[in-house]
Amino acid sequence: MKISTMNIEKIRVDFPILSRKVNGHPLVYFDNAATSQTPSTVINAIVDYYQKYNANIHRGVHTLSQEATEAYEEARETIRAHFNAKKKEEIIFTSGTTHGINLVANGFASEIKKGEEILVSALEHHSNIVPWQMLCQKTGAKLRVIPMTEEGELDMNTFYDLLSEKTKLVFLNHVSNALGTINPIEEIIQKAHQKNAAVLIDGAQAAPHIQADVQQLDVDFYVVSAHKMCGPTGVGILYGKEEWLNKLPPYQGGGEMIDQVSFEKTTYAGLPHKFEAGTPNICGGIAFGKAIDYLHEIGFDTIAEYEHELLTYATEKLLEIEGMKIFGTSVKKTAVISFNIEGMHPYDIGTIVDKLGIAVRTGHHCAQPIMDYYKIPGTVRASFSFYNTKSEIDSFVKAVKRAKIMLS
Amino acid sequence: MSTIKKIQEEIVDEFAMFDDWMQRYEYMIELGKSLPIIDEQYKTEENIIKGCQSKVWVHANMEDDKVVFTADSDAVITKGIIAILIRVFSNQSPKAILEADTDFIDEIGLKEHLSPTRANGLVSMIKQLKMYALAYQTKVE
Repeated sequence: MKISTMNIEKIRVDFPILSRKVNGHPLVYFDNAATSQTPSTVINAIVDYYQKYNANIHRGVHTLSQEATEAYEEARETIRAHFNAKKKEEIIFTSGTTHGINLVANGFASEIKKGEEILVSALEHHSNIVPWQMLCQKTGAKLRVIPMTEEGELDMNTFYDLLSEKTKLVFLNHVSNALGTINPIEEIIQKAHQKNAAVLIDGAQAAPHIQADVQQLDVDFYVVSAHKMCGPTGVGILYGKEEWLNKLPPYQGGGEMIDQVSFEKTTYAGLPHKFEAGTPNICGGIAFGKAIDYLHEIGFDTIAEYEHELLTYATEKLLEIEGMKIFGTSVKKTAVISFNIEGMHPYDIGTIVDKLGIAVRTGHHCAQPIMDYYKIPGTVRASFSFYNTKSEIDSFVKAVKRAKIMLS
Repeated sequence: MSTIKKIQEEIVDEFAMFDDWMQRYEYMIELGKSLPIIDEQYKTEENIIKGCQSKVWVHANMEDDKVVFTADSDAVITKGIIAILIRVFSNQSPKAILEADTDFIDEIGLKEHLSPTRANGLVSMIKQLKMYALAYQTKVE
């Protein structure tokens, strides 16, 4: 899809924030890997909910409660269809990716024993490593790391060596947040299953660009956050295979997740409610469904193709700058460019381009092990979305050049 | 007027000469580059103040009745602000350091760098300068 046929101008109108100015310059938002912007249809869904049918769900007999329940469950169905889960019950609403990961890690305490192993990749968001460290402390299991290569890809040979009968769970991201590398999860899932290990995929970075089909992948668990997919913050989902979700114990106790309660014994509700204790983010869930509808209106193939065009263009332009070094050079990557300019601190570059209205991320992107691998304090990371343009990339490159002059 | 206040006013006057942010930043980058602000031997893990993004090192010692600070950072803009802070706070008595504020940073248009969410280590650095001053004051008393 070429820019001319995607009607980028029309798409940009859908995002009110894109018309604002920052420090006197038109906003150029290239921090999409941190959070995406929100289209009017999603904003309107949020307003609509609070103006017309805000009520608690699943219990009330009154009309508002029924309307809210219906909208919330409709969103669950939209999400199920998007990920092609077999059943709606396999979609658990969470507060986001981190919540989903912790839910699985907590549940695995009863599935894993001393001496058994969990494999995680070196390309992880470092906060995502913590739940597994906690699980290992609790159970005596061992955490093993799949190393990375200079290109920012997983070292698959070492993965094969590490994978054994002892492996109970493999955890990795579909796409690396710091580098944008698309990991070969199909192969990893297949090989892990041959050893009877379960696989949890963090799909947070992949979800805005790649439509994952959980049945085709045969993945055991897949987690995402709405706010990276044009939805609101504070909501996400965990997909889990029904047999796994039935096996794992509840994560939190509270309302919604119970069947019968007495002081002697409580029986838990069935799926998905067993994992949805307390009043959920009702409005967020509904808005998440609308965000997915919006992305489908544009089309994931169109999005992928257009973003790839932006990635290629930006890479070429940035490489014209002397001293430019791009980290993460896998041929399979999403529209993320992590870079440094020789002799300059990423924080300084980020500070100056911000003054020119450009939002990029600087620092270690919560992926300290990756930065340690390259022996750098951090990078400047520009991450693109389908609502960005080549002319924004031109402004960005110009700003980086100006920062370079100021800093050298 | 206290010496610290006077230095702060001098700095505000200097920055008033600049027309826009670019000139201010260029000046700060110059300050950051030109100053040899810390002896390499003090750039230790112990003296490091970790911001999420840029590192700041601070060293203090007492000369006569004044606290002398030296500091550094791996990011040059952060270093520029450090140079300004050192100019204000170094060679002052512990009492004067403890009583001083940093409102002038706002006046010279660099407020955002001292925001607690900025993650550049500067807010912790100022806290650290005051901690040193407090420690020396306690010692003197």
